[in-house]
Amino acid sequence: MDTNQYLEMFLEESKEHLQACNEQLLELEKNPDDLAIVNEIFRAAHTLKGMSATMGYEDIANLTHKMENVLDAIRNAKIRVTSEILDVVFESSDALEEMVIDIEQGGSGKKDVEKLVTMLNQIEAGKSPLEAVHEKMEEVQTADDSEGLVYDDFEQTVVSQSIEQGFHAFELKVILRDDCLLKAARVFMVFEILEKAGEIIKTYPTVERLENEEFDNQFTVVIVTKEDADELQAKVQKVSELEKAEIRPVQFQSAAIETAATTEAAITPPVSETAKQPAKKEPAKTENGAAKRSTNAHSANKTIRVNIDRLDVLMNLFEELVIDRGRLQSIAAELQNAELNETTERMTRISGDLQNIILNMRMVPVETVFNRFPKMVRQLARDLDKKINLEIIGAETELDRTVIDEIGDPLVHLIRNALDHGVESPAERIAAGKPEEGTVTLRAYHSGNHVFIELEDDGAGVNRARVLKKAIERDIVTEEIAETLTDKQVAELILSSGFSTAEKLTDVSGRGVGLDVVKSTIESLGGHISIESKEGQGSLFQVQLPLTLSIISVMLVQMQKEIFAVPLSSIIETAIIQNADILNAHNQRVIDFRGKIVPLVDLREIFDTGLPEEPEELKSVVIVRKGENLAALVVDSFIGQQEIVLKSLGNYLQSVFALSGATILGNGQVALIVDCNALIK
Amino acid sequence: MTTEVENKVMKTIVFQLLDKEYAIEVDVVQSIEKLLLMTITRIPGVPSYVKGVINLRGMVTPIVDLRNRFDLPEMEYNDNTRIIIVNLENFDVGLIVDDANDVIDIPANALESQPEVVGSVESEFVAGVAKIEKRLLVMLNLDNVLRPIRNVNADEN
Repeated sequence: MDTNQYLEMFLEESKEHLQACNEQLLELEKNPDDLAIVNEIFRAAHTLKGMSATMGYEDIANLTHKMENVLDAIRNAKIRVTSEILDVVFESSDALEEMVIDIEQGGSGKKDVEKLVTMLNQIEAGKSPLEAVHEKMEEVQTADDSEGLVYDDFEQTVVSQSIEQGFHAFELKVILRDDCLLKAARVFMVFEILEKAGEIIKTYPTVERLENEEFDNQFTVVIVTKEDADELQAKVQKVSELEKAEIRPVQFQSAAIETAATTEAAITPPVSETAKQPAKKEPAKTENGAAKRSTNAHSANKTIRVNIDRLDVLMNLFEELVIDRGRLQSIAAELQNAELNETTERMTRISGDLQNIILNMRMVPVETVFNRFPKMVRQLARDLDKKINLEIIGAETELDRTVIDEIGDPLVHLIRNALDHGVESPAERIAAGKPEEGTVTLRAYHSGNHVFIELEDDGAGVNRARVLKKAIERDIVTEEIAETLTDKQVAELILSSGFSTAEKLTDVSGRGVGLDVVKSTIESLGGHISIESKEGQGSLFQVQLPLTLSIISVMLVQMQKEIFAVPLSSIIETAIIQNADILNAHNQRVIDFRGKIVPLVDLREIFDTGLPEEPEELKSVVIVRKGENLAALVVDSFIGQQEIVLKSLGNYLQSVFALSGATILGNGQVALIVDCNALIK
Repeated sequence: MTTEVENKVMKTIVFQLLDKEYAIEVDVVQSIEKLLLMTITRIPGVPSYVKGVINLRGMVTPIVDLRNRFDLPEMEYNDNTRIIIVNLENFDVGLIVDDANDVIDIPANALESQPEVVGSVESEFVAGVAKIEKRLLVMLNLDNVLRPIRNVNADEN
């Protein structure tokens, strides 16, 4: 089967399922008795198994199958969840991930999983997985080698569905003569005949092994066909050097009852009856249902990958279209042709929707970066022998794709650092009167034109004396200057480049390994990193990143004929005030806003738009804030709320007062974005 | 027939400002746009020669009026007025000129580095003058013409 066209989809979905597995496993570790979680993992593993089997990745299918058995045993309360078992399952999912990545990079997805499979088998058998490593794994071999083929649920579904549609499903066992020379050639001939007759859904051994002549002198093919058994058998037997071809209808032996099923297999009812037998049909049906359910779950996050450059091109082309749309609108307005007006209106509406879609395509929740951290923290905590609880807040915060791609590595660095140098060992923590388990919080949120990502821990914090000592040793600061530095400045010393050149810094209870790399990466993105730390209480690393090309919500306001955008994140509310409400304090006009004195800032003055001739009785104001401080911006009128794409003014116009960028409006015109932070002292 | 005596030739775009012809290297020119088709958004608080920004196929591009920059008398924009989009190392800027319609090869030896007479244009803006047949072309030093604008107010904050 040519599976290349499905490869992308397979990779994408496998990753999703593995991610789901990982997340749920971490959950399971916290609540070992919650069987609902086991079910979730089972479902993910199950789908992955079916997919990989269909795609011909036997190793993945094999390993997931064993994983599934273990999960099944847990589900049926045969074995209890222990961290030992979870370690093996985690290791398996790591191995699966490696294989998937291998496939993604053009590999065959093969990996020696025997050891893991053995361990999983042991767990399933109720033994400790560690014993398994030493034992030989004969059981595994025999399980697959039995006379009856084992069908997974996907194959069962295929078979039962084909039968419902009037096809027959046969197991065709081909035995070659002992003196057969070119076994692979015979296999090929048999396959050729069968492929004309119907669809091959499974072989034993695998196709690959057959092609490599890695089999004795017999093989089994499962085929779905419209032809009947005798006809097919006769055709196959025409191939020379064939001992014989046995044919029989497909019989299901579910994986769980594979050993017990041999006796049942002897009584082989004809295919047509199989289909009608209610007892046989029942499991097939439920499987069907399960398959449908999981496909539904997929459709929610079915994805395709698009090169970001293409999206850029699309976006720019679209913006040109918008300009022409604006022109068309004005032409239509002039001509007053009803039909033209109608068409233009429709086009305007559709292209508006289109614009939203294009803009949103570039935004990715920061979750895609964050979701690899729980597992990493778990592993690191084990390696370091520490107890750490990772909390993630704001994973849904959306960021432009280009930024997302870059921030992963710096964050990994920061988290490692927090775990290694920040959080103390359980003993130290107890001695310091803290809970045994350290808490590390990863937080993301939007603020203004920036995204903030914070990493906070309740560990030891930066040890001022030691950091200063190091810094002086390394000539980063002089002793005189060192005296005058604030705690914050001292903490930030660990980001300086000389600081991290030390090969070993574990004797410093602060931090410092390679953080200069983090700093330079973040700065290359136009971002900023700062540290706040209290000795003995923990540290907060704050990474501020610009939304280089990002969508933000703004309030569009009008002054004279000009349109400005005020970021919604800065706005508290809008109001209409009367001239009588304006008070004077120290030559500054202020208003009383809910009991607070708020200075009035006339944007028309600041932006030099030319003042209106007569003072109006009513004024429109936008109340904005910077931290605790408020200001009331006076504007001519409000246009409304809108999502816009943030664009920089470029390097020619560096730091223009009170403007943080520009955007292109629906009519193709540029509107400037007001930087409220600059307007409030 | 072309004379291959001089092998070093600079290809330039020639444009008009008032009664003089100026030239910039063709390499830095990205495109030439009709000004009347563009809507310029004014930017408050910048030097008056920065007319504002335009939407150039999705890119917000600042526009500099060269007449203003060179302290030449202002003129109403008309159908011939062009915006030459230049592509410098760190940024794109559009230059408003009276007209732009010529591409001329200037042999390197035709360029005089010390301009004797350059009218009202500040000499720091001029890289040299070339006399091609009867035309006098002023080569611009774009790096000096387009020094990035930093706002003093913003720095105080």
